[in-house]
Amino acid sequence: MLGKLKGLWPFVAFGVGCVLVHQLLRVTETEYCFTQLTMSLYYSMVVIGLCLLMGYAGQVSLGHGGFFAIGGFTSAILTTFDFSKLKGTSLAAFLKQIHMFVSREDLFGNQVMNVSPWAAFVAAMLVTFVIAALVGYPALRLRGHYLAMATLGFGLIVNKIVLGTSFTGAADGINGVPEWKLGLGLAVSGKSAARVQNYYLACGLVLLLLILLRNLVHSRVGRALQAIHDRETAANALGINTSAYKLKVFILSAMIAAMAGVFFTHYTAGIGPSEAGALKSIRYVALAAAGGMASLWGVTCVSTLLNYLSLRGIFGSYDNAVFGAILILIISLAPEGPFKAVREWILGRKKEECRMQKNKNRLAREVGV
Amino acid sequence: MDSGNLALQYLLSGVTKGSIYAVVAIGFNLIYSATGVLNFAQGEFVMLGGMVAVTLAHFAPLPVALTGAVIIVALIGCLLELLFFRNLRRQSVLHLIIITIGLSIVIQEAALHIWDEKVRSLPYFSGNEVSSVKLWGAAISPQVLWVLGTVACTVALLHFFLKYTLQGRAMRACSSQPEAAMLAGINIGNMRTLAFGLSAGLGALAGCVISPITMTHYEMGGPLAIKGFAAAILGGLGNPMAAVAGGLLVGLLEAFSVSRLPAAYNDVTAFLVLLLVLFVRPHGLFGRASAESVREH
Amino acid sequence: MKKFFFALIGVCFLSYIGASTAFAASSKPVKIGAIFSVTGPAAFLGAPEAKTAKMLVDKINAEGGINGQKLELIIKDSGGSPEKAVSFAKQLIEEEKVLAIIGPSTSGETMQIKALCEENKMLLISCAAAEVIVNPLAKYVFKTPQKDSQAVTWIYRTMKEKGITKIAVLSGNDGFGSAGKKQCEDLAKTQGMEIVANEVYDRAATDLTDILTKVKGTPGVQAVLNWSIVPAQSIVAKNMKQIGLNVPLFQSHGFGNPKYVQQAGVAAEGTLFPAGRLLVVDELPDSHPQKKVLATYKSDYEKAYKEDVSTFGGHAYDALLVITTALKKAGQPDRDKVRDAIENLQGLVGTAGIFNFSPTDHTGLDLKAFEMLTVKDGKFTIYKK
Repeated sequence: MLGKLKGLWPFVAFGVGCVLVHQLLRVTETEYCFTQLTMSLYYSMVVIGLCLLMGYAGQVSLGHGGFFAIGGFTSAILTTFDFSKLKGTSLAAFLKQIHMFVSREDLFGNQVMNVSPWAAFVAAMLVTFVIAALVGYPALRLRGHYLAMATLGFGLIVNKIVLGTSFTGAADGINGVPEWKLGLGLAVSGKSAARVQNYYLACGLVLLLLILLRNLVHSRVGRALQAIHDRETAANALGINTSAYKLKVFILSAMIAAMAGVFFTHYTAGIGPSEAGALKSIRYVALAAAGGMASLWGVTCVSTLLNYLSLRGIFGSYDNAVFGAILILIISLAPEGPFKAVREWILGRKKEECRMQKNKNRLAREVGV
Repeated sequence: MDSGNLALQYLLSGVTKGSIYAVVAIGFNLIYSATGVLNFAQGEFVMLGGMVAVTLAHFAPLPVALTGAVIIVALIGCLLELLFFRNLRRQSVLHLIIITIGLSIVIQEAALHIWDEKVRSLPYFSGNEVSSVKLWGAAISPQVLWVLGTVACTVALLHFFLKYTLQGRAMRACSSQPEAAMLAGINIGNMRTLAFGLSAGLGALAGCVISPITMTHYEMGGPLAIKGFAAAILGGLGNPMAAVAGGLLVGLLEAFSVSRLPAAYNDVTAFLVLLLVLFVRPHGLFGRASAESVREH
Repeated sequence: MKKFFFALIGVCFLSYIGASTAFAASSKPVKIGAIFSVTGPAAFLGAPEAKTAKMLVDKINAEGGINGQKLELIIKDSGGSPEKAVSFAKQLIEEEKVLAIIGPSTSGETMQIKALCEENKMLLISCAAAEVIVNPLAKYVFKTPQKDSQAVTWIYRTMKEKGITKIAVLSGNDGFGSAGKKQCEDLAKTQGMEIVANEVYDRAATDLTDILTKVKGTPGVQAVLNWSIVPAQSIVAKNMKQIGLNVPLFQSHGFGNPKYVQQAGVAAEGTLFPAGRLLVVDELPDSHPQKKVLATYKSDYEKAYKEDVSTFGGHAYDALLVITTALKKAGQPDRDKVRDAIENLQGLVGTAGIFNFSPTDHTGLDLKAFEMLTVKDGKFTIYKK
C-alpha cells in the first residue's frame, strides 16, 4: 500500500505545482501568462508522446508536427465548414438529433451549421489512426536515418498538401474555430473569462497522459519496449513481436499528438500550415531530446518551460536558433538528457569522495598513523 | 508549340531542376559514404557558398570570389566537424542526425544575422538573365549547362580521388571497415574532418553555380537539403553517380507531375515517390543492399 | 535525486514568472504594440515594416510625442506563425494593455487575431491586404494596404486596353499569393478576363521552367500574371525569356522594390505592375499631394538603414500615421475615442495613397491609390499608354 502511495507522489506534486502556479499568477496579477502556459502544455503533450516513441521504443520521428496538424485541421475544417446546404434534409435532421451537427451563429451573425466539436474530435482521432497505421506499417521496418527521412517526408507531404489546397485554407490556415463545450460546464475556448478553467483543463490532460504512460511503461508492454530499444534482435529472439509493438507505439504517439492538436485548435480558435512544417517537428524532437528521451517528467518540464518562453517572445528573432543550439548542446554533452547527466555528475562526485576517503584511510593504516 | 517540342521542354526543365538537386546530393552522399552521418546541414553549406561568393564578388572578379567561397566554406565544414563530432563518444545514429539538424538551424539563423533576409545572386557565368540555348525547338538557360558541367567534373574528380589517391582510398577504408583502417594506421578522425571539409566545399561550389538560377537567400538551405536527400536516397546512398542519377530523376518526376497535375503538388509527388522507394527498395534504385542492413528484418 | 532536480527546475520557473511580473510598466508613455514577421517566410514584409515603425516612432518622440505624451513601441516578431501572433496579441492586450496594435504583416495571422481583438475592443490596424480583414466589418479592425482587388482591377484594366483577354495566372503558395489568386479568379468573370491556365507553385521553388512550359503549351495565352514575392517573381521573369515565352508579364504590387528589378536584370524590362507612388516619387510633380510625405519617408528610411525603401514598409508608416493622427484628434489615449477619430479621418496623406475612412470603410483607399508602373532601363517608371 505504502509502495503504491510512494509511486503516486510525483503526480501529486505535479498537481500541487499547477495549483501553486495559478495562485502565484493570481497574487501577482499576471494571469495573462495563462495563455502561453496553456499553449505550452498542449505542445508538451506532443513531446511526451514523441518521448514514448523515441525514448522507449527507440524510433525517431521527424514528422510529428504532421499528426498535430492532421488532428487540428480535421477538427477545424469540420467545425467551420458550413453544411447549411443540407438544411431541411432528413439527413441533417438525423445528424442533429444524434448531436453530430450543431447550428450556431458565427462571428459575423450568420447562421451556420457545422459538425459538433465532439464529433469532429472523434473524426480527427479516427483519421489520425488510419493515417498513422498506413504510414507506420511500412516506415517502421526501416532503421535509423531512413526512418527519419520517411517521417520527415510524411510531415512535409502534409505541410505541402495543406499549403496547396484552398479547402484547408492554403497558406492562411483556418480561423474562427468555435469553442468546444465538453459538458459539465467545461469548455475549451480562448476567451479571457475561461482562462483559469482552460489552464486546469490542460494541466489535467497532461497529468492524465503521464499517468497513462507511466502505467504503460511499467507494464509488460513497457518492458517489451525497453527490450526493443536495447537490442531488437534479442527481443525478437525472445518471441516479442517487435514490429507490432513499434507500430502500436507509433500510432499511440501519433494520436496523442493529434489530440493535442484538436484541443490547441479550439483554444486558439484556429490553426495554420506552419504546424506541419519541418521546423515544428524538429522542435518537438529537440525538446524530447533536451528533456532526456526516456524521462517523461524531464520532457514535460523542459518542453513546457521552453515553449512558454518562446511563446512569450523571450527569444525574439533568435527563436529557432535557440532551439537549434539547445539541440546541439544537449546531444553533444548529455545525450541521456540533462537531468541524468547532472545526477551522474553529482553521484560521480560522491563516488569519488568515497573512494578518496577509502584511500586516505588505507594510506593512514599503512603508515601506521 | 507542338507536343514534341513541349515534351522536350518539360524534359529540359526537369533536367534544370534535377541538376540543382544532383549537385547538392553529391556532397551529401560523400559525407554519408565517408562517415555514415546524414548531414542535414548540407543545404546550409550550399547557401553559405552562394552568400560568401556574392559578398566576395563585390571586391573581386568572379573566379576569385568562387574560389574564395569554396575554400572558406570548406574550412567552416572542417571546423564544425572538429567542434561537434570529433570528441563525441560513439553516438547513435539518431544523436548524430539530431546534431546536424541543430547545426542547420543555427547556421541559418547566423546567416540571417550576418547578411539579411534579402535575396541576392551571382551574375550568370556566361550570358545573362535572358540568354538561352536552343536545343531542337526547346530552350534552356546556359547556366544549366554550367551546373551540369560542374556535376560531371565533380563526379569525375571524386571518382579519381577516391580510387587513385592515398587519402581517397583511406577515406573509403574508414567508411567500410573502421577498425581495420585504424589498425592500418589511418587516423579516422582526420579522415572524417577531411570528408566534412570536402563535402562543404562541394556544397559551396554547388551554391555558387546554382545561384543565378535559384537566387541565394538565407532560407534556401532547408528545402534544398530535403530535396538533396530525397535525390541521394532515391539513387542509393554510397555512390556519387547514383546521387546524380537520383537528382535528375527527382527533377524529371517534378516536371512530369507539373505536366499532369496542378503544379502545387509537384513537391508532394516527389516526396511520395521517396516514401515509396523507402518502403519498397530502401537502398535506392542503384544502390546495393550493403552489409549494414537498412531494414530491421 | 531526479525528483530533487525537477523541484529545483520548478522553483526556478516560478521565480522567473514572479520576477518578470515585478517589472510593472510605467503608464506615462502611450504604448503601441506591433506584431511583425521580421524573420521567417514573410520577412520581406515584416523587416521593412519593423524598421519603418521604429524610425517613425523615434521621429515623433524627438518632436515631443503626441498630446505631450511620448510613444512606446513594443515590437513582437511572430516569424510568420499564426500561433505566435495569437500569443503575442493576447500578451499585448492583457499584459501590456496597449492602445492599439499595428500589424500583423500577413493576412493569415491577421485573421487569426481579428476575432480576439474585436472581442477585447482592441484597436487593430493591420498591415495585411486581404479583403476579409475588413469585410465583414469589425468595429475595431482597420487595415492600411490597398485592397488586392484594386490591384487586380488596375491590371485587368491595363490588359483590356492592350487587347488582352486570355491570361495565365501563376501564384505562390503563401498567403500573399493565395489572396491574389482569389481576387484574380473572382474579378475575372466580372471584368471580362478569361483565365486559361491557373497554377500555384511553392514559394521556395528554385526553378519554374516546368510551370512556364505548361503555360506555353496552353493555347491562347496572351499574357502571364504572376502573384508572388521574391525570389519567385524574379525567377518567373527570367525563365519566361529563357524558354522563349514572349508574352507580356504582369506582376503584383509585391514587385515593389528596386532590388527585384536588379535580380531579374534584363528580363524585367517591360514588366507591368500596379504599385503605390512611393517607387516613382521622383517622377511626381511637386504639386502632387503625396509628394512631400513620400519624399520625406524615402530619404529618412534610406538614410537610417542604407537600403532601398519598399512599399511594404510604407504600410507600417501608414498604420502609425493613422493611429497618431487619430490620437491627436481624440486628445487622449482612449480606445473608443481614437476609434471614432479614425473613422472620421478624411484626406489623410499616407505612403499608399490618400486615406478616407468611414464607419463602413475601414480601408480608406480607393483605386486612385495605385499607379500602373513599368520597368524601363532597369528603373521603375509610370506606365504611359
